[in-house]
Amino acid sequence: MPREDSTSLAALLSAPSELTDPGSSKTAIVLMTRIRLARNVVGHSFPGWAKPAQREEILTSCRDAVARLPQMKRCFNFAVADLGELERQILVERHLISRELSGSKGGAGVLISRDQAFSLMVNEEDHLRIQVLRAGLNLKRAWTAINDLDSALEEHLDFAFSPTLGYLTACPTNLGTAMRASAMMHLPALVISNQMEKVVRAVNQLGMVVRGLFGEGSDASGSIFQISNQTTLGEAEEVILKRLGSVLQSIVEHELNARAKLLEADAGKLHDKIGRAYGILQNSHLLTSGEAMNLLSLLRLGIDLGLFPDDQRSLIDRLLIEAQPGHLQHTHRGECDAAQRDVLRAARLRSEFASFPRPEIRPANPGAAA
Amino acid sequence: MANPLKCDLCSKPATVHLTQIVNNKVHKVDLCEACAQAKGVTDPGGFSLADLLLKASLTPDAAPPAPGTRCPRCGYTPVEFKKHGRLGCPACYDAFATLVEPMLANMHSGVTHSGKVPARSLERKSLHDRLTKLELDLTEAIKSERYEDAARTRDEINQVKQAFHPDAP
Repeated sequence: MPREDSTSLAALLSAPSELTDPGSSKTAIVLMTRIRLARNVVGHSFPGWAKPAQREEILTSCRDAVARLPQMKRCFNFAVADLGELERQILVERHLISRELSGSKGGAGVLISRDQAFSLMVNEEDHLRIQVLRAGLNLKRAWTAINDLDSALEEHLDFAFSPTLGYLTACPTNLGTAMRASAMMHLPALVISNQMEKVVRAVNQLGMVVRGLFGEGSDASGSIFQISNQTTLGEAEEVILKRLGSVLQSIVEHELNARAKLLEADAGKLHDKIGRAYGILQNSHLLTSGEAMNLLSLLRLGIDLGLFPDDQRSLIDRLLIEAQPGHLQHTHRGECDAAQRDVLRAARLRSEFASFPRPEIRPANPGAAA
Repeated sequence: MANPLKCDLCSKPATVHLTQIVNNKVHKVDLCEACAQAKGVTDPGGFSLADLLLKASLTPDAAPPAPGTRCPRCGYTPVEFKKHGRLGCPACYDAFATLVEPMLANMHSGVTHSGKVPARSLERKSLHDRLTKLELDLTEAIKSERYEDAARTRDEINQVKQAFHPDAP
């Protein structure tokens, strides 16, 4: 029985997880923190150049090593080849595998811890891509967790390493620490007030990169952005994390300032946007993924501003994932085209928001009416 | 009027001009509409110019490797590296050092690793290297009938093996 359970996506979806658990969505602005490390096994070709048999060999040895880690007890264990198109998409939407892994050839797999905080992709661009996800802003906790996991893994695998270049990776842009740390940030006020371009430029200058929700090449619907370190060689992990942490903190401050300015300049306009989003979510019959993301984003902003109860944030965070095409089709129990998905999405959101509390909006400027 | 800028990738007139600052160095790239689209540059979600520079082999100071160079371990070639921006195996970093190392200064905040070291892996490797050497010494000692040396080497081998598997009896 445990074996079947460990390869069942349904079991994964019904299990409580770091990102969809009600207890996890307590924070405004930073939705989650993620750190990933790239590791390769010494004496083996990188996945992109390895022959199919070599890829299989790496998959087997990495799986054996991971199975011995206490952190990965009873983990989920999927071979990408055994997963259907829809199942792969669901794992991408939950940030547990990358788009690259989902489209990969044979010999690729992923191991996911029970709480879905750790995921270890095998034979993506590197032999191992180890990831930890933490709800909210928590770089220190995330680093401790992934550092421990990596050290435990090192007891069983010999990692390719050079004293000068650090951990050796398939792409030279990842050399050194081979660490990419990121935070997923909800920045609606910076988007509304057209300041994102300025932020992206400033963040770039500080050696950090801004990407859309699903990484490289994805758009930033829902005003959700990933901010991560760009360089990996030349600085220790703690130094990179400290700098990223202070960049994130300053973005949080900018977002809070932008929110305050929007309220000060024209609270009515902002409340109108949020109120309309609420109305559409309760009553629409067709919703594209992009529109749904933007509406949910406005409701999350509404919660942060105190227009809705704080405990509703976890619902929004869950729906930001579950309104994605893969999850919708899974709930529907079958693939369907974009038009049908828009109907399903609207129906799902209508039912979720039927009992959602009404926004408590006080008149923006009571004095003006008198 | 000055000549219009040409696309760095295909030489058509460039309409997209990019500037990105990495480690206080200014990188400029001019692209035509089609190449900009193909490279995902127009994407609002952002992109990495370092990656683009690497893939397009626009990095200025990378020395061309000697023709016919191959990684002795995996057979990868510099042509493949230029095409994919990825290497074939960890040993490629030695084989193509003259090609890769000049790129690093543009890509990273330093060229020397600082940070975590896989201490256990390295310890195992050094024990393994030591064992290989001792076994060679042993064969040599037996061949030249230096039995006292052989006995001492055998003791040392046992000690190293013990360090490998400290729990073994």
